[in-house]
Amino acid sequence: MIEATGLRKSFRVGRGRGATTVEAVRGVDFAVRRGEIVGFLGPNGAGKSTTLRMLATLIRPSGGAATIAGVDLLRAPAQVRRRIGFVAQASGTYDDSTARRDLVLQARMHGLSKSVAQELAAGAIRAFQLDDFADRKIKTYSGGQRRRLDVALGVIHSPQVMFLDEPTAGLDPPSRVRMWQEVRRLREEGMTIFLTTHYLDEADSLCDRVSIIDAGRIVAEGTPSALKREISGDVVAVDFAAADVADETGGDLPAATKLLAEAPYVHAAEPVDGTLRLYDDSAATAIPQVMRALYDRGIEPGAIEARRPSLDDVFLAKTGRSLAE
Amino acid sequence: MKLVRDTWLIFQQEAGLMVRNPVMVAFSLAQPITYLILFAPFLKVVMVDRGASTYADAYRIYVPGLFVAMGLFGGLFAGYGLLSALRAGIIDRCRVTPVSRTGLLLGRALMHVCLNVVQAMVVTLVALPFGLRVHLANLLVSYALLSVMVLLSTSISYDIALLVRNENSLGVLVNTVGQPVSLLAGVLIPLVLAPMWIQRVAVWNPFAWATDGMRALFAGQITQSVVWQGALIMSGLAAASLFWSSRLFNRDVS
Repeated sequence: MIEATGLRKSFRVGRGRGATTVEAVRGVDFAVRRGEIVGFLGPNGAGKSTTLRMLATLIRPSGGAATIAGVDLLRAPAQVRRRIGFVAQASGTYDDSTARRDLVLQARMHGLSKSVAQELAAGAIRAFQLDDFADRKIKTYSGGQRRRLDVALGVIHSPQVMFLDEPTAGLDPPSRVRMWQEVRRLREEGMTIFLTTHYLDEADSLCDRVSIIDAGRIVAEGTPSALKREISGDVVAVDFAAADVADETGGDLPAATKLLAEAPYVHAAEPVDGTLRLYDDSAATAIPQVMRALYDRGIEPGAIEARRPSLDDVFLAKTGRSLAE
Repeated sequence: MKLVRDTWLIFQQEAGLMVRNPVMVAFSLAQPITYLILFAPFLKVVMVDRGASTYADAYRIYVPGLFVAMGLFGGLFAGYGLLSALRAGIIDRCRVTPVSRTGLLLGRALMHVCLNVVQAMVVTLVALPFGLRVHLANLLVSYALLSVMVLLSTSISYDIALLVRNENSLGVLVNTVGQPVSLLAGVLIPLVLAPMWIQRVAVWNPFAWATDGMRALFAGQITQSVVWQGALIMSGLAAASLFWSSRLFNRDVS
């Protein structure tokens, strides 16, 4: 449904001699099949939104090619627009308008007549359960209500492909779960969905496949479970940020990192935000050894926790940094 | 055809939002009406040597000048609306649909035209009790001239907004351009009272031609050549500026 090869975007920043070129997207290849939910996972500034905006015909790629629903993105952007819906990070609604007014306008911008647009708006209000506030000013909506309206606007013309830029950024947990349900419902209606996120749980539970993107490049790609399987064994997280051992320098973290990185039962030791993540074959056997090694050096950890690898561990392994940072 | 339909669509949306906000519209009238009531009477005194001996004369000279000032500044501040729509993602949302790009811009500009003409009508009504008298035909032509002027100033504001992309710079530039242009158009005090060198500079100010044309209309001299000259200058510049802003708007930036 979406096929991109070598998609690139560079921006010129500044003017005259001081101008520099920023490579926002450095050539990404990916494919999305019909009916899939595929996510771009990465930190802010990784090039997720830029990629999405290129695919949604808002900015012209500097290089590469893409086909969306069988239409060439560069040759026929107008044809692409008829087949796609797009929900940007910024809401894109008028504060003083109402959900119903904006929905009707959106349908009419797709070339539909007033009566058809009104019917579609009424249908969208039912489907997204906007009934209670559809005729109130948008500025009175909660974050979750607003975001549901944004998605309703994006799908008013029943597109084949839906682009969602950070659909749940800034929402409270119940609203996020609600939004995930809406996205799954759209997929059941036959839409193909491509979204960006910097939330691990969102990528994990909502997406069929995830591309991890960093500094304009895709560094890993696969189903969430396959990606996590690449990190074999367990993760033992040793917390040094807890109350009594915390100070500006992270306390004993550097010394502990050095000590445990050399331990034979640890594959890798990565300090992240006051916590030391140890990758090992089995947490059950590693934890006693870790504790003994630390006590021998007189280092007292705040807490020790064993868990299965997460997408963040995948990200850390691929980029050397944590998404949580 | 699509351009006309989409322009009308956007115009309806923008105008509808304006109507839903009557307090804003009322406040935008406060300044012109203050000038109308507290400044126009000065002209009766200042212009006494030029044959303005009554309030009716003073208002016949001042109201057309006020129209130009309203048309100029009303349009020049339109860029703020465009920038906030860009920032809110409204323009992006529209641009992902097949809607006409030029229509997105033109519909907004026409809303400002409409708003300014309505304001000019209110100003005309308020000036009537002070003795303003003008032929209906001439008045309608002056509204038409005002419309073209607002299209010009609005598109200039869009040009600046799309180039600087920043509300602060827009504000500074608009005031820097707007002040001398309005003073050199004689919107407050007619240029006949200005020293010779100012009059010479003003010949190069297109809005001075529009003001003269507007005043001729209110003086009942619709056949004076400055009327069509002013209209022609405004139309030509408005067309050129609109063409440029739609180029800037359709360009691949966001």
